[in-house]
Amino acid sequence: MLQIENLHATVGGKEILKGLSLTVNAGEVHAIMGPNGAGKSTLSYVLGGRPGYEVTGGSATLDGPDGQIDLLDLEPHERAAAGLFLGFQYPVEIPGVSFVQFLREAANAQRKNRGEEPLSGGEFLKLAKEKAALLKLDMDMLKRPVNVGFSGGEKKRAEMVQMGILNPAFAVLDETDSGLDIDALRVVGDGINAIMRAPDRAVLLITHYQRLLDYVKPDYVHVLADGRIVKTGGPELALMLEDEGYEAVTA
Amino acid sequence: MSDAALLPTTRDEDWRYADGEWLAAADPAYVGHWRTLDIAPGESKSDYDVHASGGDATAGTVDRLRVHVGKGGRYALFITNAAGPYARHEIEVTLEEGAHFEFGGVTLGGGDYRQEFVTRVNHAPRSTSNQVVRCVQWGRSVGNFLGRIEIPRDSQQVDAAQNFRAILLEAGASANAKPELEIFADDVKAAHGAAIGALDERAAFYMASRGIAPHVARKLLLRAFVADAFEAIADDAMREHMLEQTLERLDEGLL
Repeated sequence: MLQIENLHATVGGKEILKGLSLTVNAGEVHAIMGPNGAGKSTLSYVLGGRPGYEVTGGSATLDGPDGQIDLLDLEPHERAAAGLFLGFQYPVEIPGVSFVQFLREAANAQRKNRGEEPLSGGEFLKLAKEKAALLKLDMDMLKRPVNVGFSGGEKKRAEMVQMGILNPAFAVLDETDSGLDIDALRVVGDGINAIMRAPDRAVLLITHYQRLLDYVKPDYVHVLADGRIVKTGGPELALMLEDEGYEAVTA
Repeated sequence: MSDAALLPTTRDEDWRYADGEWLAAADPAYVGHWRTLDIAPGESKSDYDVHASGGDATAGTVDRLRVHVGKGGRYALFITNAAGPYARHEIEVTLEEGAHFEFGGVTLGGGDYRQEFVTRVNHAPRSTSNQVVRCVQWGRSVGNFLGRIEIPRDSQQVDAAQNFRAILLEAGASANAKPELEIFADDVKAAHGAAIGALDERAAFYMASRGIAPHVARKLLLRAFVADAFEAIADDAMREHMLEQTLERLDEGLL
């Protein structure tokens, strides 16, 4: 579903991704772990098309309904319409714009891009309520400005509510587990499973810790170090990393 | 100095960011003219204006208003200044005891428009004022806010606030803020803040990552930004009307 080949990328002139290759098939959950500075967040931003993250080589394609889409060729909002969702490590606060307005705008922009009818106000609210309930987020919070005054945990749950509403084919979740207490971690884990565990979907989980993987069982675990995937294994690799550390496992 | 006899120049402090060339060619009687408004004690009045150039974009505007607000009275003024090539709205307010002045101003312009608000508020004891100015500039346009707050020595328990923010959408645009607080009383609250920057790029990318096209994201962000200036409008329909009218000018200018 997602094919990344020999991807090179620079940030501020410094090469961060140095030939990263990765294939994620439909129906799979992959986890990427790795030390600080390895390039994990850079990978998610490069896939999302954040300005300032420059691709200097390689390719990234996503399977769409009409064949392969060259992700790197699309504007960020077009990537979203093509089915890519980016869960932010640090969700952005937007004063003055309500979550409901923001998400309805987003959902309908994506539908329009796919040639679908926009959701009415009522249809949208019904969908938003359903997904907020799934993530145990108070619906009243979605009436507030985007992420403003949300705790770290609430921001992460709100990210997953957004994912539920936007219904992507492929999600890249960058440290969605950071800032969550044990109960919230379970809620978020269950949410990811409910929304994304399907034969026609796939997830790339970027995480520092094994604990999220207790709830969202990965099919593959990769170790990212110095801009490349240096080791790939099953769920047991994450446990090994937790016990022995990156240096020992990748040596 | 007699008001009508001499033309101000950019050497005058209150005109330092004005369009000097425009001023030099202007009619002294026009530039020197003041409108006056008297709010009786305990009375309340609100004015709303969306000022665009309309058919004649070459004329320019200097609009000067002198307001006296009687004891316990209230005057609220909300203006969108989207006119050119030089458009100045100057408001001088004298507040009697316990009176309030509320001001919300938006400048919005491109090309080589030069748009400004100049306010002077003189406070009697226990009077209050709140001013919020937002500038959105592109092209080589300039947005200015010169705001003076005068609190004489015997004017205790005054609360005066001033907040200015500008968003520059393109590299050639600029904004100037000149807050002046002349405070001689000691038991007062006076707050001011000023910030000039670009559109929040992180917010724009966050919106794009959710599928919102750049021009829609920009409009949502600017709507939120401009809305601050109209937040104090109590009537929901009027607030929405001012916001819509203002954003229409933005659409016209940026498309």
